[in-house]
Amino acid sequence: MAEVAATVPETPRTRTLVLDVRGWSGHRAGQHLDVRLTSDDGYQAQRSYSIASAPGQPLAITVERLEDGEVSPYLVDVVHDGDAFEVRGPIGGYFVWEPGDERPVLLVGGGSGVVPLMAMARAHNAAGADTRMRLLYSSRTLDDVIYREELGHLDGNGLDIVYTLTRGQPPGWTGYARRIDDDMLREVAWPAGDGPIVFVCGSTHFVDAAADGLVRLGYDPRWVKTERFGATG
Amino acid sequence: MPVISRGFHGRRQDGPPDRVPPGQYVTEDFPVLSAGPTPHVHLDSWTFEIQRGGDLLHAWTWEEFQGLPREDVTRDIHCVTKWSKLDTTWEGVSVDTLLDAARLLDEDSAYVLAYSYGGYDTNLPRDDVTGGKAWVVDTFDGEPLDPEHGGPARLLVPHLYFWKSAKWVRGLIMRDEDDPGFWESNGYHLRGDPWLEQRYWGD
Repeated sequence: MAEVAATVPETPRTRTLVLDVRGWSGHRAGQHLDVRLTSDDGYQAQRSYSIASAPGQPLAITVERLEDGEVSPYLVDVVHDGDAFEVRGPIGGYFVWEPGDERPVLLVGGGSGVVPLMAMARAHNAAGADTRMRLLYSSRTLDDVIYREELGHLDGNGLDIVYTLTRGQPPGWTGYARRIDDDMLREVAWPAGDGPIVFVCGSTHFVDAAADGLVRLGYDPRWVKTERFGATG
Repeated sequence: MPVISRGFHGRRQDGPPDRVPPGQYVTEDFPVLSAGPTPHVHLDSWTFEIQRGGDLLHAWTWEEFQGLPREDVTRDIHCVTKWSKLDTTWEGVSVDTLLDAARLLDEDSAYVLAYSYGGYDTNLPRDDVTGGKAWVVDTFDGEPLDPEHGGPARLLVPHLYFWKSAKWVRGLIMRDEDDPGFWESNGYHLRGDPWLEQRYWGD
């Protein structure tokens, strides 16, 4: 069982829930957990959410509200401190980064697809890892950038961050202003010859564009790990 | 007793209970879940193989595969990520037909490993892919199967969670042991029966 220890609004559409889970076994960066909600008449609904926190930090998930969703509007808008629901996890052993991995890391996130990548960036920072890590993060607008302030602190401290804003840019914006494409990947990605490992997370179309583009750049498909989410609120 | 989630009501418009397994909800979409880039397989180099112990027992080219007796299949499918999709329509060749054509109906392996272009694999008891329960399909909703959904051809084992229905399927290895495949080595259940909610290790 999880008790909500704190809630942190991130953007107009997303909120972080810090969870206090009795008997939590610990997790690895990139894993997810299952949330199960139960209404007072016994009806239940379950969904999976990526873990945002690094191993060893207070357990947190970040949830994006899907307007036609069943669970996410509850987690983003209704839940408050002290509320409780069931969780199960951690789950998944593939989309996982370990600080001991010495390969250069490329993280490619679209929208709330940044959440499991944030766990990796936080784990990298917490471990003081000196492996190269770069995050290419696509958002609609600057206001949709999740973890904006914290990413500002992480940027340059062992992590490079490259933003692209696809739907609107503030005055004076000097970053990318389009959807991810092969030219952008060529400019941002580590050379394929460096043997990088890649984690891509976002919508299906985003992930396909990024993963296919990286393979065209010569990346080994076995080391392009992907996680795709559909409309699964 | 599950803890009540204060203020949660839910939608509960989730289709007939005898068709939606526990913990699932019905979607009209067809979400894509893949662990890596989508492999693009050309039909002129595509084959479907049956192996055992390192020996190739039988193989079909795309053209030969198209010549096998085909079936229309309408089934509900259930993804371990919690969505179910009802009345999906497919067309392809049943695994029974493939084993028959390869004269392997009497072959007595208890398990199979389905393996795919791109390196994916998944383990199954032989009884879960024979007896009219599994197909190699190349058509969805009347159209050639899209690569992101596993085209040119995928396995379809609709009575198990959908990760067992290997996309971009390339063949079956007949074997005596049920060694775990890709997701089964990464936290997911060895068999994956949605009606028993066999999602993860320990279920």
